[in-house]
Amino acid sequence: MGKLKTQSLQKRHSDLANTNKQLEILSNGVFANGELPTFKNKISETNQFPLKAKTLEILQINVGYMCNQVCEHCHVDAGPDRKEIMTKETMQQILDVIKTTGAHTLDLTGGAPEMNPNFRWFVEEASKIGVQDFIVRSNLTIIRANKKYYDLPDFFKKHNIHVVSSMPHWTRGKTDKQRGEGVFDMSIKALQELNAVGYGMPNSDLKLDLVYNPSGAFLPGDQMAMEKDFKKALLEDFEIQFHNLFAITNLPISRFLDYLIASENYEDYMFNLVEAYNPMAVENVMCTNTLSVSWDGYLFDCDFNQMLELPVNSKAKHISEYKTELLEGRNIVISQHCYGCTAGAGSSCQGIVA
Amino acid sequence: MSKTYYDPADLRKFAKITEWSEELGHKFFEYYGKVFEEGALTAREKSLIALAVAHTEQCPYCIDAYTKDGLQRGVTKEEMMEAIHVGAAIKSGATLVHGVQMMNKVNKLDG
Repeated sequence: MGKLKTQSLQKRHSDLANTNKQLEILSNGVFANGELPTFKNKISETNQFPLKAKTLEILQINVGYMCNQVCEHCHVDAGPDRKEIMTKETMQQILDVIKTTGAHTLDLTGGAPEMNPNFRWFVEEASKIGVQDFIVRSNLTIIRANKKYYDLPDFFKKHNIHVVSSMPHWTRGKTDKQRGEGVFDMSIKALQELNAVGYGMPNSDLKLDLVYNPSGAFLPGDQMAMEKDFKKALLEDFEIQFHNLFAITNLPISRFLDYLIASENYEDYMFNLVEAYNPMAVENVMCTNTLSVSWDGYLFDCDFNQMLELPVNSKAKHISEYKTELLEGRNIVISQHCYGCTAGAGSSCQGIVA
Repeated sequence: MSKTYYDPADLRKFAKITEWSEELGHKFFEYYGKVFEEGALTAREKSLIALAVAHTEQCPYCIDAYTKDGLQRGVTKEEMMEAIHVGAAIKSGATLVHGVQMMNKVNKLDG
């Protein structure tokens, strides 16, 4: 792979590495002067405030912020310099909780989750428990990054992992612009290797889904139309097949917020999000059926709140304190970034919601 | 008062035209929305036509809107530029084809 796209905000000592600074930006400006309604006021118009957590369906675990890539828009601010890595002890606490929850989906994310030294042990132990849908969010290039990862497609297959991977576009230029030079070619190679062991093939139980998020300051187009275009181009150009495409909106936090501000697109982007607000999407936002666990075991309503350091509104703040009755029905913590999940057809880690 | 005729922020106010002529405004937006729905042409193809026409009409609001619309639909910059060349070719062709009228006139007056 070529040179990294950028550096993490933390490494750059950016003001935005401080989450309070991000929250301040999201509350000031067009939201403070009344040009745009706050998210709280907007959902109150349709009596949807406060948003409440329903039954837990998805447990999303962030096993660490370390990553071999430094994508321009990463909401995690991940990169090779990030040292936050989940310990085996925290993983054990999570395994204990998985056994007791009725969650049908376990969703591992990062950083590059595969870079956690206990990743394989965790996958082996968790798969023994037998969750219905076991997702690993793989950035693809990790499979080709080092010899020790070359067997990942077989490892995923062995444990019937549902692989979900990012792919900003079917062209090299747009992908590398967002994710770094050489990422496109390595991703293509990785996808071909996943296809070779059966992932993504028609009628295969080995699920391979792609995540599309826009490469710039605009919202994703229609998910079905994008999926059709992706499938056609990847099949024609590289003989690659996959199952579903999830179109995900970039939320205005972390490195994407930094990009919006630096490119003078922040205000327009917030107008776009608010104009595209869809109350139907609010009904099914992922925070209402998901719990996000950070690398050090703390609980959040979603991965975005985790990155903004907005903990759950519950007495149970840590996985070691997990109790369904303390978390179900809790009020979801919101700010203006939440507009990202309610624009158009909505957005979640599983794609559109409305 | 704005010092220029065009303000990018005015595009956001487009829907307000309905406030001063409700029925016509609504009818226009209903028609507009229907035109851009998926039909015999895909919404993506319509977006590229709109981008080309936006340039021939030299409408800055439309150029902003359909450049962003194209990006949202995964249209590449190469596709966008080709679409604009189609518009430019028709524009220049439309100019040049009038040269025949000039030639006819010259031949009649001074042939």
